[in-house]
Amino acid sequence: MDKLLHSVYLDEAKCLGCTTCLKNCPTGAIRVRGGKARINESKCIDCGECIRICPHQAKLAKTDPLSKINDYKYKVAIPAPAILGQFKTSYSIDRILSAIKALGFDEVVEVAYGAEIVGRALKYEYHAKRYPKPLISSACPAVVKLIQVRFPELTDNICRLKSPMALTARLVRKRLREQTNYQNKEIGIFFITPCAAKATMVNNPLISEYDQYDHIDGAIAIKDIFSDVSGLLNDCNLQESIHNSTPDAFSWAVSGGESEYLKNKNVLHVDGIQNVISVLEEIECGKLDGIEFFEGLACIGGCVGGCLTVENNYVAKMYIQERAKQIKQESIIHLSEEYVKNIYNTGMMHIKERILPRNPEPLDADINKAIEKMKQIEMLESKLPGLDCGSCGAPGCRALAEDIVTGKAKEIDCIFVLKDRILELSQLTNELLQVEHPTGKTSE
Amino acid sequence: MSYELVFEVERGDFETAGGASRKIKKTLQQLGISSKIIRKVSIAGYEGEMNLAIHSWGGTILLQVEEKEIILTIQDSGPGIPDLHLAMTEGWSTAGVEAQRMGFGAGMGLPNMDRNADHFEIESKVGNGTKILMKFFL
Repeated sequence: MDKLLHSVYLDEAKCLGCTTCLKNCPTGAIRVRGGKARINESKCIDCGECIRICPHQAKLAKTDPLSKINDYKYKVAIPAPAILGQFKTSYSIDRILSAIKALGFDEVVEVAYGAEIVGRALKYEYHAKRYPKPLISSACPAVVKLIQVRFPELTDNICRLKSPMALTARLVRKRLREQTNYQNKEIGIFFITPCAAKATMVNNPLISEYDQYDHIDGAIAIKDIFSDVSGLLNDCNLQESIHNSTPDAFSWAVSGGESEYLKNKNVLHVDGIQNVISVLEEIECGKLDGIEFFEGLACIGGCVGGCLTVENNYVAKMYIQERAKQIKQESIIHLSEEYVKNIYNTGMMHIKERILPRNPEPLDADINKAIEKMKQIEMLESKLPGLDCGSCGAPGCRALAEDIVTGKAKEIDCIFVLKDRILELSQLTNELLQVEHPTGKTSE
Repeated sequence: MSYELVFEVERGDFETAGGASRKIKKTLQQLGISSKIIRKVSIAGYEGEMNLAIHSWGGTILLQVEEKEIILTIQDSGPGIPDLHLAMTEGWSTAGVEAQRMGFGAGMGLPNMDRNADHFEIESKVGNGTKILMKFFL
């Protein structure tokens, strides 16, 4: 797969240019041009809203095909905790993992394993005190990108612990390096992903949080393997005790799961990208200064609501919660506090690069020119009808005015302006027709 | 070249409150102001907006962007603050029950504006209203 800035893309053949996705894009990254809803790469945060809303299934996420695992000698699947929300609780976790393994993997390790360690390390990170309040979860890459693009002043608040996905991959690679003869490059680790944003994280070198020792080789969509796994559930070689997650750990799949690890703090967890935006706005203007930890997840319900899952998000959440109740706090592995602290202290859990703002481009680098352009935008906006109908291909009149001033659109893209121009033209035509011509006959 | 934007805030207008601060933030981003300064203006502007909605009979927020500074002027037509020194004390509040129920009234409004602005001026007269002038240097 090509290295991409983002994973969401347009299937041009299916797009009718209907403008449905335009207004639902939380960053205003979509414009209809030439009858197709094109995505602005620098603004897209991979939240998957357009994938969910498109009535023609024209918005898709780039993920890897299962066949890619055959490029590697030793194949490891690391499924996201959300996988457990896709199946009834009558199927044991071991059975689900065995069915995934039967797709052709040599080993399956739940990302919930890394989630347990990251979750328990959160309190150390919280007390490390290098963050402004509130500490913001980095679990949802779409929210991290949202903050970079729309709330750049909050980037310093983002927790710099690696994601459970990256840590799981790292620990798996470490063990295989120590215990087998496979070379690092012969090992293929594949994330079974519920969403587009995680797929980007795997394939995007720009915000890479891992080095060669926690490299992930591909992201396979849950929905792409769902029917095969379903078929294998009752028809695979069941391996007992291969699961390694605790209920707390797989509860990361639902909103509030991560926050549970800091339950003695003032935590706020919010799901759904629009809700996350509203609360970040309050955090930004200092209104929520009592909050100590903020967990924002782009999808409704949390990762169980990811656009690459199959089961309804509420049903999936119920399955996760049912499982958590059934298993109680028993777990196969008991990670000692010392083990967690050791990993934390090695620094291998920390993202080395700083999470930097991706400030929206100003109208002009020169403030005087920017002010001039802003005035032009306001003047143009006042002439537009204010209906935000989307017929011009921009999500609203203000966006069109901005596009015109930055040279990306023209005034007559607005059908109301166009209509007025036609009226002016027809009046002129009429006037010209009334003019008596020397050699013409009079109409009477 | 300077730029101006005016917002009117009505008393008790909690539903749309925050709207002016949001617009101010987006405008400053488009003008290329650094995010650190935007944050300070956002916090001060939001406090000002809330003060208008909670304590005043309604008023205006004026944003002025100049080449070297941003000026935020918050002005209302009353009732005015009887004891400015007390009002500037952290934790002191006269917010009504409705506002307190919504989480306001911690008494941090004016001190917070003072803390975030590079220059802060307030004048108030009972019967005439209150005028706050804040400057943020670019």
